[in-house]
Parts: sequence; C-alpha cells; structure tokens
Amino acid sequence: MNEIALLVAATLSSGTPLAIAGLGLLVNERAGVLNLGAEGMMLVGALAGYAVTFHTGNEWIGFAAGAGAGAILAAFFGWLVIWLHTNQYATGLAVSLFGGGLSAYLGAGYVGQKLGEHPDLSIPGLRDVPFLGPAAFDQHLLAYLTILGTVALAWMLQRTRAGLVLRAVGENPESAHALGYPVRRIRLLAVVVGGALCGIAGAYLSVVYAPLWVEGMVAGRGWIALALTVFATWRPVRLLLGAYLFGGVTMLQLHLQARGVQVPLQFMSMLPYLATIVVLVLISRNPAWIRLNMPASLGKPFYPGS
Amino acid sequence: MNEPIRELALEGITKRFPGILACNRVSLEVRRGEALALVGENGAGKSTLMNILAGLYQPDEGSIRVNGEVVRFASPADAFDRGIGMVHQNFMLVPSMTVTENVALGMKALHRRIRLDLKEARRRVLEVSAHHELPVNPDAPVWQLSVGEQQRVELVKTLCLGARLLILDEPTSALTPQETDDLLDRLRRMMAELSIIFISHKLNEVKALSDRVTILRHGEVVFHGSTADHSTAELAALMTGRDVVQPRNEQSGAPGREVLTVRALRVRGDRGNLALDGLDLDVRAGEILGLAGVSGNGQRELADALAGLRPVESGSIRLDGAEIAHASPRRIIDGGMGYVPEDRHHEGIVGPFSVEENLVLKDVGKAGFSRHGFLRPGEIHRNAEELRERFDIRCSSTAAAAGTLSGGNIQKVILARELARGPKALVAVYPTRGVDMGAAEFIHGQLLALRRSSAGILLVSEELEEVMALSDRIAVIYKGRILEVLASRDATRRTLGLLMAGVPLG
Repeated sequence: MNEIALLVAATLSSGTPLAIAGLGLLVNERAGVLNLGAEGMMLVGALAGYAVTFHTGNEWIGFAAGAGAGAILAAFFGWLVIWLHTNQYATGLAVSLFGGGLSAYLGAGYVGQKLGEHPDLSIPGLRDVPFLGPAAFDQHLLAYLTILGTVALAWMLQRTRAGLVLRAVGENPESAHALGYPVRRIRLLAVVVGGALCGIAGAYLSVVYAPLWVEGMVAGRGWIALALTVFATWRPVRLLLGAYLFGGVTMLQLHLQARGVQVPLQFMSMLPYLATIVVLVLISRNPAWIRLNMPASLGKPFYPGS
Repeated sequence: MNEPIRELALEGITKRFPGILACNRVSLEVRRGEALALVGENGAGKSTLMNILAGLYQPDEGSIRVNGEVVRFASPADAFDRGIGMVHQNFMLVPSMTVTENVALGMKALHRRIRLDLKEARRRVLEVSAHHELPVNPDAPVWQLSVGEQQRVELVKTLCLGARLLILDEPTSALTPQETDDLLDRLRRMMAELSIIFISHKLNEVKALSDRVTILRHGEVVFHGSTADHSTAELAALMTGRDVVQPRNEQSGAPGREVLTVRALRVRGDRGNLALDGLDLDVRAGEILGLAGVSGNGQRELADALAGLRPVESGSIRLDGAEIAHASPRRIIDGGMGYVPEDRHHEGIVGPFSVEENLVLKDVGKAGFSRHGFLRPGEIHRNAEELRERFDIRCSSTAAAAGTLSGGNIQKVILARELARGPKALVAVYPTRGVDMGAAEFIHGQLLALRRSSAGILLVSEELEEVMALSDRIAVIYKGRILEVLASRDATRRTLGLLMAGVPLG
C-alpha cells in the first residue's frame, strides 16, 4: 500500500517537468512554430536555475532564472526562424545541441555542489491522510501549479480572445494577417513563452527533482515533451495525463530495478523511450486524427507580403 | 458602425516587387452604391492593387483618399477601421474553427477584457446573415462547409467587421453556375448600402454586375469606362491587347472505338469515404468527353484512379482494351495514358528541375534520352527546343527551373510532355484553371488538335464555357456517379447547372 503511494508520488513528481515543458511547447506549436530545441532550452534552464538557487538560496529566484535562460534561447531561435526564415527543424536541432554544449561548459564548476535543504512545502493536514497524503499531497508547489496551469491553458485556448488569436496564427497565419494581427510578433511571444516553460521544467529537474547539476541531466526529457504534444494532439489536459503516464513508466522501471527484477538494466532504462515510440505508432495509425488536430501551419514559415 | 464611403479614390499607385513593376501609377475611383469591375489577365496587378487598398501591402508611391481625405493603411486593421473589407480569392478562414469563431477573430471591439464573447459574435453573425440574406450556420466548423458556403461566411465576416466597401477577388472562381448567379444577385441587392470592387476575368459576370470597369494590363490602366457601353468582345480585346478567338469544337468526324472504359468503379477519398461509388464512363477515340461537376464530387479521385495514383476498391478501368484498374502508374503510362493533373505544381512537374528535364521525365529511360543509364544531354536539349517552339513555352531558357515559370507556361510544359508521347487517351484535369486567356486559348487549341489525331480526351472542368466549347459529349458527375451524359449540342448552361446541383433531368 505504502509502496504504491510512493510510486504515485514519484510519478507525479517525475511527470511534472515533462508536463511543464510539454505545455510550453504546446503553446508555441499552437502558434505554428515547431521548436526542436526543447532539450537545449531545458538544459540551460536547469543550469541557470541550479546556479541561481545555489547562490541565492531561494529556489523561486532560481525558477525565474531558469525561465529567463530558456526564454532568451527561445527568443534567439524565434528571431532566426520567424524573421530570417531559417528552417525550423534544423534550427531547433542546432538550439538543442547548442544548449547542451553551453550548459555543460558553464556548468562544469557546479558539478558535485550541494544545494541547501528544501523548505517543506507539503500541505499540513492533507499530508497525513492515509495513502492519499503521501501519494498526492507531498509534492512541490510547482506540481500543483502545473495542474492549475494546464486547466488555465485549456480554458485560455478555447475561451479567450488571446487563445483564439493564437490558434488562428497557427492554423492559418494568412487569415490572421489579413485581419490585422501581427503574426510574427505573436509567434515570437509564443516561442518565448514556450522557452520560459522549458526553462522552468529544467530548473525543476535540477533544483527539486534531482536535486543536483550534471552535464546532460535532462536526459532526453525535452524530446519526450515534444513527442507528448503529438501524443496529446495539442490538447493541454491530454498532455498532462500523457506526462504522468510517461513519468509513471519511468518510475515503474526504477522501482522494478530496485526490487531486483531479472531484466537487464539497459533494457529497463529504455522503457520510457520505447513507450514514446509505441504510443506515437499507435496514434499515427489514424492519420485523420493527427491531421484534424495538428495546427495546420505547424513548421511552415510565414512571409507577410512585401 | 463606420462612416459610409461616399467616394474612394486611388491616385497614382505604384508598387514594385523585386524585378517586377506590379502597379504603375494606377488611379481609380468608386462612389457610393456603385460596383466597379477591375479586369485584367493574370499578373496584370489587380490583386496587388487591391491588397494595397486592403492594407496588406504598402504602396511605393501614390495615395488613397476616402471621402476626400488622404488615408494611410499601415495594416489591414486600419483599412477595416475605414470600412474597407476584402474577400480574398483563397478564403482567409481558419478551417478548424467554427463560423462564429472565425468572425469573432476579427471583431476586436466586441470582446470583454479577456473572455471571448462568442454569444455576442454569434448574435452578430445571425443578424448580418439575415439582413443580407446570406444564410450561414454559425456553429458549423468551416472545414465541413462547401466552397459556396465558405464564401458566404467570408462575406458575413467582412460585413460583421463593418465593411462599407467590399473588395471581392475573383469571387466566382470556385462556384457552380447556380451559386454564381445567386451571388451576383445578392451582391446587386447589397449595393443599396455598399460599394463593391469586383476583380474578375470572366467578362459575362463583369457585364452582369458592374456599373463601370477599369482594365489593367501589365500594371497599368489601359481602359476605364462604363460597362454598359462595351461588349464583352471589346473588353476581351482591351484586356489581352489583341482579338481573342476562343477555339471551339466543330464536332466534325465520327467518334471511333472506346479507348477508355470505366465500369462500376469504386474508389475511396482521403477521409476514407467512398468518393466514387459505382461510376461508369466511356471515352471514344477522336472525341472530347467533358466531365462537368462541382469540385469535390469525385473528380479528383477519378483522375487519380485513371492515372494509377489511388488504389481502386472495385470495378474496372480499360485503356484501349487492357485492364489497368490495379496497374502501376508506369504500366498505365506505357499503355498510352496521358495525364494533366489538377495540381500542376506538385504532380505535374518537379519544380526545381529544368524545363528540359521535366519534358523527358516520363521517357528518360528510353527513346534515346539515355544510354546505359547515362543521360544524353544533347538529345534532351534538342527535344526541349523543339517542344518549346511547338508549344509556345515562354521561358528564359530551357535550362530554367520549371517551377519558376508562370502557371500557363507550366501547363504548356506538361501538355507538351504528354502530347509529344502520342497518347491514346488523355485525362486533363482543370487544364486552364488560373491560367490567363491567351494561354487558355492555346491549351484549348492543343486539346482540339489531339482530338483530331484520334485520341480520346477526358476533360475535367468546372468552367461550363470551357466544357461546352470543347466537348463532343458532356458527362455530369455528382456524388461519385455519372448523373447524365448529354450530347454537347443539347446541353445548355441551365441544364448543366441543374445536373451539377444533383437535379436529374425530368
């Protein structure tokens, strides 16, 4: 019983960074921009978050720094693909590699350093409820904010003017342009928001989840977050559930390893990634499903006339 | 509500794009309650001029006056604020959104601070649609609507945003004859409250709707005057700069054996629906069979199936007696099928390849264009020069990338390649869609020449004039079946229009 509660808690905890990054990517993909640089943005966010938390002792300033670092890298990406019309795929890959290299170089001095103690953020009272307490109410505040944020984003996309404009820019930028909306600025804003959220996700990993800094510590989560947007067919709530699913698979394999199940370690570590591939294959079996939900101009450059 | 537009004037508008002078000191004016037709061939500068008026482009020189006051439109929002709204040729709707959402997207004044007031937008849609008799379903997602319905949505949207001057860019290019008449009717009634600028190259519609006409050629105004005082032939000559004689099928000669026989053909569309559901069709040697119909009734699937590009569910297709229903495109091509596809840029040519290379794409493995797997550039070049001459392909050189040519010239490249192979049957899908009058005239002449050489031609078109002028017989396709086959001389616009709308002959 207690073991399951811990597994649930670990699932929420490991799903949270995937969800934060995935929601960010969802925003910029809804605006029609595909940023394959998620991994790089998460890494610079992770380093900035770790370093600032280390020096200030305040993890919220650390998260802000992570957001800022991700946003700056995303803004650079946005300028390249939106104004200079560089290829989104190639530029995203470059950002991914660049972020990895930069964070490794700048972060060398932080490897092996220790952060101070976490403040205990679990919710008094609820924390002591049997099973549910340890399972659901012993998380970092960001985990709850993520759930709130998911609902807020879903509402924003469907029920607000900003959401309507954002979707229009991703579906048919020409029509948004013809109505007088500044398509490129809206896209840049969406990309920056996406980068900031990826940065926060990275900072969550290094400050809360690990908590430590090691080169390449994001370990492919940026790629999984990208796959999650497709998995979720660009819907926030589905994305959150998908993130917990992948978080759960990751945790399950660690758990099985710990119990000494006789399967090679390497195979177990593959599980979350295999799950990614399997889910993508299953979803792609119905091409209409993807085609109807995918932002119609995703990955395509927009050239305003003259 | 915006102030009415009593008078709108463009004065000396010049617009340059890299390498092109799109508009050269163009002036025109529209008064309240008036319809101005803006006429010209492709590339004459009509759309550029109207995009300037709608705030999408900035002019390099010249000015715009509304009610005597000089205005500058930095973006389409500024033009809307002045009451100028444009309905673009390729509609500016977001397919995944509902009609109401599409309208709400543009209604900036109508929103509460953050929350989207879809109820109010929906109310406006219904109000405008009732007032102008433009029926639309506010809750339908746009992708489910027909082209005619989408156009009504565009009109409603533009009117909801407060347009007092409507710019319509080739509004009838995708409509059925009935829808076209219907639209012209509605527009005529709207003119009590609005002014209209109407871009077109269909001169009968220009005659039917407009009070005055301005003709552009190569970016300059070549004529301006009252529509009623000039015949369509005069306007056509002014538009092209020469007399235009559209070739016609004289219907001489008896048709021969059947070269293309389709029986009980069933083919699925992209969404898995049965796009062709038991279609029968015969094309004989030495005839042009026109296939009329509103696009989306199975034409694309039929053309794809005939060319071997789409799997056949069941049924039979015979090309000169040989079964090709499940054959590969290669076998169909070798069997003597010529194909002019609907999407000429993607299926008809390989854009980055040169004109020369495109002209031998289907025969590169034989006929002396290669030897032991090596290309023979000399032969390929000689072939291209010959076809360029014969098919009047206008390009700087046959080494130029085919994708850089104009639509009409790309179509001539495709036609040259297909006809040079001496096909037994040719499937031509919307062969003159979007090409200008001169190129259309040439393409029509070539189709008739091919007919005289005893090939069977299936001409898929939604232009009734084209179908009626060229065909020996006309088949009308509706919902994946042939509804009726008429001898061309018995067909009228009215009967064809009714058939295209699915009404069988009584």
